[in-house]
Amino acid sequence: MDPLAALGEWFLNLLAMINLPPAVGQILLYLIGVIVIATVALVITIFNTWLERKIAARLQDRVGPNRVGPWGLLQPIADALKMLTKEDTTPAGADKIAFNIAPILAVVSVLLIWAVVPFTSQWYGTRLNVAVLYIAAVGSFGVLAVLMAGWSSNNKYALLGAFRAVSQLISYEVPLLLSLLIPVLMARSMDISTIVEKQGTLLEMFVVAAPLAFLLFFISSVAEVGRTPFDLLEAESEIVAGYHIEYSGFKFGMFQAGEFMHTFTISALTAILFLGGWQGPLVEQFPILGLVYFMGKSFAVYFVTMWMRSTLPRIRIDHMQSLNWKVLVPVALVLLMLTPLVDFFTKDLGNLFSLFVGSPAELTLSVRAGALLLTNLAIMLGAIEVIRRSVKRATKARVPFPRRDEARPPIEEAA
Amino acid sequence: MTPMQVIFIITAVATVLAAIMVVSRRNLVHAALFLVITLFGVAVNFILLDAPFLAVVQVLVYIGAIAILMIFAVMLTRNIQEDGAGEAFNKNVGMAGLVSFLVLSLLVVTLGGWSEFRALPPVANTSGAVEALGLALASADGYVLAFEVASMLLLGALVGAIFVAWPRKNENE
Amino acid sequence: MIPLSWYLLLAAALFAVGLFGVLARKNAIAILMGVELMLNAVNINLVAFWRYLDVQAIAGHAFAVMVFAVAAAEVAVGLALVISLYRRRQTVAADQIDLLKW
Repeated sequence: MDPLAALGEWFLNLLAMINLPPAVGQILLYLIGVIVIATVALVITIFNTWLERKIAARLQDRVGPNRVGPWGLLQPIADALKMLTKEDTTPAGADKIAFNIAPILAVVSVLLIWAVVPFTSQWYGTRLNVAVLYIAAVGSFGVLAVLMAGWSSNNKYALLGAFRAVSQLISYEVPLLLSLLIPVLMARSMDISTIVEKQGTLLEMFVVAAPLAFLLFFISSVAEVGRTPFDLLEAESEIVAGYHIEYSGFKFGMFQAGEFMHTFTISALTAILFLGGWQGPLVEQFPILGLVYFMGKSFAVYFVTMWMRSTLPRIRIDHMQSLNWKVLVPVALVLLMLTPLVDFFTKDLGNLFSLFVGSPAELTLSVRAGALLLTNLAIMLGAIEVIRRSVKRATKARVPFPRRDEARPPIEEAA
Repeated sequence: MTPMQVIFIITAVATVLAAIMVVSRRNLVHAALFLVITLFGVAVNFILLDAPFLAVVQVLVYIGAIAILMIFAVMLTRNIQEDGAGEAFNKNVGMAGLVSFLVLSLLVVTLGGWSEFRALPPVANTSGAVEALGLALASADGYVLAFEVASMLLLGALVGAIFVAWPRKNENE
Repeated sequence: MIPLSWYLLLAAALFAVGLFGVLARKNAIAILMGVELMLNAVNINLVAFWRYLDVQAIAGHAFAVMVFAVAAAEVAVGLALVISLYRRRQTVAADQIDLLKW
């Protein structure tokens, strides 16, 4: 029997013994579930800050935290204590209520996503039939938090940072949503648990059939979090710290925790939507193994985000927008148009080939995955070619460095 | 009173109070933030009505896009009047209050005269509504025409909004 | 169970508040907010009638989705107009935008 279910049963029996009505017990159980999931997410975040510092240090040939506890493992606790004991300032002229709600909203918007994340086949907060849309929807609270923080601080850097942040977050929501639709299309369901269940074997993993959607989702969700190379919303060297410049102490810590948690959350979502979540060998016999697979895949993706963070420089703001609107969105639109078409036409191809070899179901699967993979690669190559040409055209005009009067035809006076 | 009814009353009161704040606050950013609360209250009502899809879309479209656009527009059009120093209402405020009160009483009286107003039980089974909605929006017997018209409307709004808000070269000088 | 009448009363209240906002507010963006409140009231009604009258006919849902689309379009164009107006006239007070009035 599933250990968590057994624990829940035991708890309900305990409550029944002290004569509580079963409805109250059920509500208490839900409440405990909420607290457990939120705590798990936050504890993973605390561990992740240590992991991130350690790995970033190794990538930059440093040692990283190694003083507090074994291998510096207690460093995040020390950091958190430092945050808590700092003075909690509120700038003069700030809008008190919005100023205080914004950090809470920033954390809540991320925590809400964990309500639908399936840890194993049995362990999930709730099974929502519109889970994918739900994930996209709660993300909008994060945007709201940024806007509130920037506006209520009564600081022009904060407001500028918030404007920058919101324009980035809203722009990248477009390719994010479009690429989210690809797994939904392929699984024929918006239920995130069903999406995982559909990715049983290696060939069925959506990253095999839709590597382009995987890339689009990953890039745009890194931009949604605002991590390097998309950390324009904080950009210490340009706008000091962006929207949370006026925050200190615990409230700043909440923004920070929200950001770290968001990074791990998008890693987990990538693992669920494209890498098969808790699926893996022997998972039918031992459902608990699913947790290991899920965490393993999530941390593998998380490692890539850390790797990117310590390798890449910050992207320029006009590049950020043109990457989104001129590359990611058109590619996502083309992909979204072609995926269902290819899917539809390869549906029966397996039966055709089965006249010669093998079982139809398996063949359909591999033909479908192969055709989708080819489509993805073709779109990817096409996009790269288009980008290469436009870059070439843009640089050709500049390459010979002619004098200004030669380079351009004389500008005709506008009538 | 069942727990559902308690939840409904709390949400409804919060929704209406927040709506009243939306129309009465002088500071427009505050008004927009209260609008977010109202919209969220409506989303909760959709969940109570067993329409989780609409609740999620409500949050996605209204809070994620419309409310944030509103706050953006408020911030882009700041001047002294909007910063809290000016009047919130125009000179018709008394008449407006009277008209909306009359509309409310008319609605309540008319609805109260409807015999099934209180007694109607909810339909038992709501499963499969999202699937049915998806099929209805794409089938010729359903709402495919409305769906296409709505998409044309959105496209037109997109183009129109960009055209209207695009800064002309010889403006401002 | 929650009676249908409660939802209808809530929607009526929201509609009246929104109407008041539209009629009484000075700022054009605030007027748009009032319109949003009224559209939301309509949506509550649509979904409530769907829930209590006929779940099989999906009309309530479909019309609510249409209202979402119309609201999004309306706000996009409306706010673009307001911003364009602000750029030309430096005001968003609805009663000062009276060039066509005689």
